[in-house]
Amino acid sequence: MGNWSRFNIASIVLGFGFLYLPIVLLVIFSFNESKLVTVWAGFSTKWYAQLWHNQALLDAAWVTIRVALLSATCATVLGTLAALALVRYTRFRGRMLFSGMVYAPLVMPEVITGLSLLLLFVAIGLDRGFWTITLAHITFTMCFVAVVVQSRLLSFDQSIEEAALDLGATPVRTFFAITLPVIAPAVFSGWVLAFTLSLDDLVISSFTTGPGATTLPMKIYSQVRLGVTPEINAICTILIGVVAIGVVVASIVTKQREAQRDRDERAAFAQT
Amino acid sequence: MARVASALFSRLVIIIPYAWLLFFFLIPFFIVFRISLSQTAVAMPPYTPVFDLLGGVSGIIEKAREFSFDNYVWLTEDVLYFNAYVSSVMIAAVSTFLTLLIAYPVAYGMAKAPKTIRPTLLMLVILPFWTSFLIRVYAWIAILKPEGLLNQFLLSIGVIGQPLIILNTNWAIYIGIVYSYLPFMVLPIYSSLEKMDHTLTEAALDLGCTPFSAFWRVTFPLSLAGVVAGCLLVFIPAVGEFVIPDLLGGSETLMIGKTLWNEFNANRDWPVSSAVATILLLILVLPIVYFQNAQAKADGEGR
Repeated sequence: MGNWSRFNIASIVLGFGFLYLPIVLLVIFSFNESKLVTVWAGFSTKWYAQLWHNQALLDAAWVTIRVALLSATCATVLGTLAALALVRYTRFRGRMLFSGMVYAPLVMPEVITGLSLLLLFVAIGLDRGFWTITLAHITFTMCFVAVVVQSRLLSFDQSIEEAALDLGATPVRTFFAITLPVIAPAVFSGWVLAFTLSLDDLVISSFTTGPGATTLPMKIYSQVRLGVTPEINAICTILIGVVAIGVVVASIVTKQREAQRDRDERAAFAQT
Repeated sequence: MARVASALFSRLVIIIPYAWLLFFFLIPFFIVFRISLSQTAVAMPPYTPVFDLLGGVSGIIEKAREFSFDNYVWLTEDVLYFNAYVSSVMIAAVSTFLTLLIAYPVAYGMAKAPKTIRPTLLMLVILPFWTSFLIRVYAWIAILKPEGLLNQFLLSIGVIGQPLIILNTNWAIYIGIVYSYLPFMVLPIYSSLEKMDHTLTEAALDLGCTPFSAFWRVTFPLSLAGVVAGCLLVFIPAVGEFVIPDLLGGSETLMIGKTLWNEFNANRDWPVSSAVATILLLILVLPIVYFQNAQAKADGEGR
């Protein structure tokens, strides 16, 4: 596309500055010596050291990680199935309703999702706590997984699958031997997305939680309401670091797999 | 045998996620609606019993007689709720417009960037989306406070004489929403601009259009699908936003997500919060259906 004008560069620089400056400032002030988060008083890592002695915080972090691992894994299975259903089976009864239910949670205000799930759990008499948070997270993150996997399936050459079926492979075998390896990078990034969404969620967790199950965002939220402290900046910095490393690793893995696939395809073409 | 297995496989692929979403996404809305029609009770759960299936058909009819629209009447009597709905929609609309103003040039610049650096730029837009929403909103408190970083900076370069009051006003909410939802607006606009046939703009320029009118009459209309998708992705969740008005807004800021949260957590009035949620859903149902159709159509084109 045409020439990259000065206006284009300026808008990108300003746009990205706006996106990143607040996060950078937050990270910088987590290393601040002073208790004030707005006045720089020298470098210190003491707020990080303090975190290790905060047992309630560590417990909350452990609950959050367990919920995120479990819900992301289940959401990836369900979301991948939903994506397959949407792309492969264009005609089945109630498809409109189904696609509606996949897309609606993407934009549904969290307060509504949270309240409705809580009322469901109460209606069926489920004890609120770890498991209800996990079920709630599976439900809203599976739709994000479905959208990610769906976009990969749409650009997927179906003739390979048809060839496998023609050669006598069962649909299940075809799925595991052909389809899954090809969409694996998308499934993996769907998992990472579900994991981070679960890790971050405050509103839905707050509605669906019960005694004894406090997640890290709930803990952070209750402290933020009391004011800004360097300790919260330190937790946030650690969370940002974990997510950033996860995303970078995921994107490198995806790139490598795609490069590998391109090489394989080229090799296959060269042989014919 | 193979055909039976094949049929079974395709059935399961559809049925498992379908059943999950029906049970955990659709049915809960009916429960919300049902509880919005019941009375508040001092009990756990804090509302009068909803279903009495043991009583058979007559029991259900008996229960149906007890349906009460008191909660909805209550919502119309207290002007607070009406104002909260109106101001939520207004704040979401203004924020969506501001997001569009900022996101469009960024997406446009990205689409015009050299092909080699586009993946990196795309990654940079997506990255903040992966970091916690709560953290990103929290980061703004330290910046917008009266003695915060923005005021320190503006005072030191002498632009202002005294600190601006931004935190705990609607301006802070606009900034928070624009900031949090910016990637949702940039991505769809970028993808529609990137797909665009560039020769059309060149043709317009060759035929004597000024660059601005070429943009306004050719480029912008062609990117409209992305603009609409982006606006819906920002507007719909913003109407029910809770974290941003709670942390950045002031005590006089009325937003319905916050009202619902307070009704539920502070007042423990589940039937009224259910009624608030039902009406919020009714307000949003049109934009949501529109979004679903746009999304389904986009998938159809991708085939």
